[in-house]
Amino acid sequence: MRIRRILTAAALALATSVSALGGTVSAAQAETFRFASQGDLKSLDPHALAETFSLAMIGGIYEGLVARDENLKLVPALAESWDVSEDARTWTFHLRKGVKFQGGQDFTADDVIFSADRVRSAGSDLKTRVPANAVFKKIDDYTVEVTTPEPSPLLHAVWDTWYIVSKSWAEEHAATEVASASSAPSYISLNANGTGPFKLQQHQPGVRTTWVPNPEWWGTPKHNLDEVVLTPIASGATRVAALLSGEVDMIDPAPLQDVDRINASGNASVLQGPEVRTIYFGFDQRRDELLFSSVKGKNPFKDARVRRAVYQAIDIEAIHKRIMRGASVPTALIVAKELFPLADQFERPAYDPDAARALLAEAGYGDGFEVTLDCPNDRYVNDERICQSVVPMLARIGIKVNLNAEPKATYFGRIFASGGYRTSFYLLGWQTNGSGSLGVLQDLYRCRDDAGNGGGSNVGGYCNEEVDALITKIGHEPDEAKRNELIRQAYDIAQNKETAYLPLHQQSLAWGVSNKVKVVQRADNDFRFYWVTKGE
Amino acid sequence: MIALVIRRLLQSLAVMLVVSLLAFVMFRYAGDPVNQMVGAETTSAERQAVRESLGLDQPTLVQFARYVGRVVTLDFGVSYQFRQPVTKLLAERLSATLELSFVAALISLFAGIVLGVYSALNPRGRISSLLQSVSLVGVSLPTFLIGILLIYIFSVSLGWLPAFGRNGLIPVTENWSTGLLTIEGWKSLLLPAITLGLFQMTLIMRLVRSEMLEVLRTDFIKFGVARGLPRARLYFRHALKNTLVPVITVVGLQIGSIIAFSIITETVFQWPGMGLLFLQAVQNVDIPIISTYLLLIALLFVTVNLIVDLIYNLIDPRLKDAAS
Repeated sequence: MRIRRILTAAALALATSVSALGGTVSAAQAETFRFASQGDLKSLDPHALAETFSLAMIGGIYEGLVARDENLKLVPALAESWDVSEDARTWTFHLRKGVKFQGGQDFTADDVIFSADRVRSAGSDLKTRVPANAVFKKIDDYTVEVTTPEPSPLLHAVWDTWYIVSKSWAEEHAATEVASASSAPSYISLNANGTGPFKLQQHQPGVRTTWVPNPEWWGTPKHNLDEVVLTPIASGATRVAALLSGEVDMIDPAPLQDVDRINASGNASVLQGPEVRTIYFGFDQRRDELLFSSVKGKNPFKDARVRRAVYQAIDIEAIHKRIMRGASVPTALIVAKELFPLADQFERPAYDPDAARALLAEAGYGDGFEVTLDCPNDRYVNDERICQSVVPMLARIGIKVNLNAEPKATYFGRIFASGGYRTSFYLLGWQTNGSGSLGVLQDLYRCRDDAGNGGGSNVGGYCNEEVDALITKIGHEPDEAKRNELIRQAYDIAQNKETAYLPLHQQSLAWGVSNKVKVVQRADNDFRFYWVTKGE
Repeated sequence: MIALVIRRLLQSLAVMLVVSLLAFVMFRYAGDPVNQMVGAETTSAERQAVRESLGLDQPTLVQFARYVGRVVTLDFGVSYQFRQPVTKLLAERLSATLELSFVAALISLFAGIVLGVYSALNPRGRISSLLQSVSLVGVSLPTFLIGILLIYIFSVSLGWLPAFGRNGLIPVTENWSTGLLTIEGWKSLLLPAITLGLFQMTLIMRLVRSEMLEVLRTDFIKFGVARGLPRARLYFRHALKNTLVPVITVVGLQIGSIIAFSIITETVFQWPGMGLLFLQAVQNVDIPIISTYLLLIALLFVTVNLIVDLIYNLIDPRLKDAAS
């Protein structure tokens, strides 16, 4: 009899739980904004990781001296205004008065100087935001003077993403230094105390993070939210299901293959726009013999004609239409067109396999050669498929490509400085930061040595003294029009004449957004929930 | 008996050591953790400094020795991604995984036995043959497909159940919160538990069916029928009881694998358990989490096997003789 009793009890229990399912999933309250991201928000320490998503999320709580608005324009934040000296070596920031941290501390010049030191301290991942030799001086409680030995007209261009931390709060909680990975966990990676429009409510790493508005905020809110809930959902299919069933109001990113289905659902749509990330191919131009190629004793990629031939053999329209399903903007430059006003003056050389074959023959490779193409398979939109599509295109001009696609975890370790730049031909993406072309040129076009000093991300080792000199001049030129002209000259040499890189396209942002909410999509994929409005 | 326990414990210890060494060798091919920890702008000198601070520049054997030394003192290190102690991260997620596995095991046991008995009693019925073919699908479809299928039916189309996550939690202790006390909690638990338990359920159902058919043919059931015992009492009391011995053995052994293989289910449903944490750790080469999780799972299997061995020993005296 016992078994029967157990069975009955279990059946009853099941019946009750099933009847409980009859009701619909409780509708999200109008004022709670729920969204799901692919990536995790790992540490809340604002100086721990230079990653767009983390910095954008932390940026709801903390603020920098400056900020960027909906159109990527620099606007005042904790600094109300600033002056630059003639020679662009001295910057004076006038701080906003009467601002309080969420923990009650007053915001003063001391916090700025403390944060400037902290962001340049050993464990920080944002050291490049502030030049190591910049000197911060407190003039009074609400004025800070920054001097640099070199002229730095673009000093504040990337200052929207290093945030100000309260000095007394950090000292109180032993968080004056950025926790390195090996050290004990720090208070600041789980707690937050900023000046921004939102306060942290709860943070369970990798599971759930919630924010509530900060009623004491100095600015006027542009949102109408009472709560923000972030859940990372790694699986794309589950993310889409959560959006379509109305459990979340937004997903980032929306998988490209689901775009049509989301748009057809009637309760959500996909917001697409060009991202400031450019996908490009690079060539090893530094070694005298390629590591992974059939050509021995010389390096075919040292010859600009070979690089140009590869460029002209790529059918970018096919990649745009078939691989990216229209969700890309073909480009001739690595810098995002949104951040370089003269970008229109550059055009891709026409797709022309015959001309490419002729160039190869002229360079002495009429019979073609064999080379390995390295490619990540979990980093950019359709990265591996782009590489696969290029294999037959290059076969048409006689270059046999062996494709080697691998996860980012091993890929980046091998092709960058820490792995000794071990690649001959590779695919990468580059996100233009606030400094625009200057950052692109410094990181990708400057000469480098084997250890990576110089252009550290210049994997192929492109090097031209003339371009190097131009880059230095660009960094020192305070006048914007003159600077853009110098940038144009640098690209003219490096791209039009020498084909240093083979830019493909700017990939598209694709966010799945419920019809109930309005969000602002910035081209740098920096999602700020303090611009979200929600209503039926 | 004590000698046997000691010997088994020593063997278990050796297994654990081998598992951790294997895991450690594997990490050399998992990628460079430092690249996952820093942003694109970090210079190579800084990357090297991070690598040295973690001891990753040392030879594998030295790293392994250091690791074992720390594990012996129950120090499992700090996660590279979250900068939190691994024990704390795993402890926070243990409740999610255990609840999911427990409910999945219960569902599969209950449904498996009921359906198995039914199809044994009506071997030629239409429902029985339907169950047989459906169970074949259940065994052969991969877990993630079943999960996504269930999500689309019950969350997107019908809107009855949440598509992801774990809701309606009530904290019990600092690290342990339960979703079993609220309707919200059960709603979010049901789909992942069914997904995870489906394979076991079909397994149990087929097992019960074949065992039951076997038992029904034995003499004592025939005598029972001849004696005029009520059918229900005969089937559920006498026949089922004799069926359950092998079933319970299988279920016991499967509990370990339910916990270990919840990785996929947890990923599909974004269920915040240890499996999801592990998968994310693999993608980010978070060695402290990976190695601790592997050790934990190895410990689980070793313990289950140890208990099974000891129980067999108690049940079957012949094994005892062989051991001594």
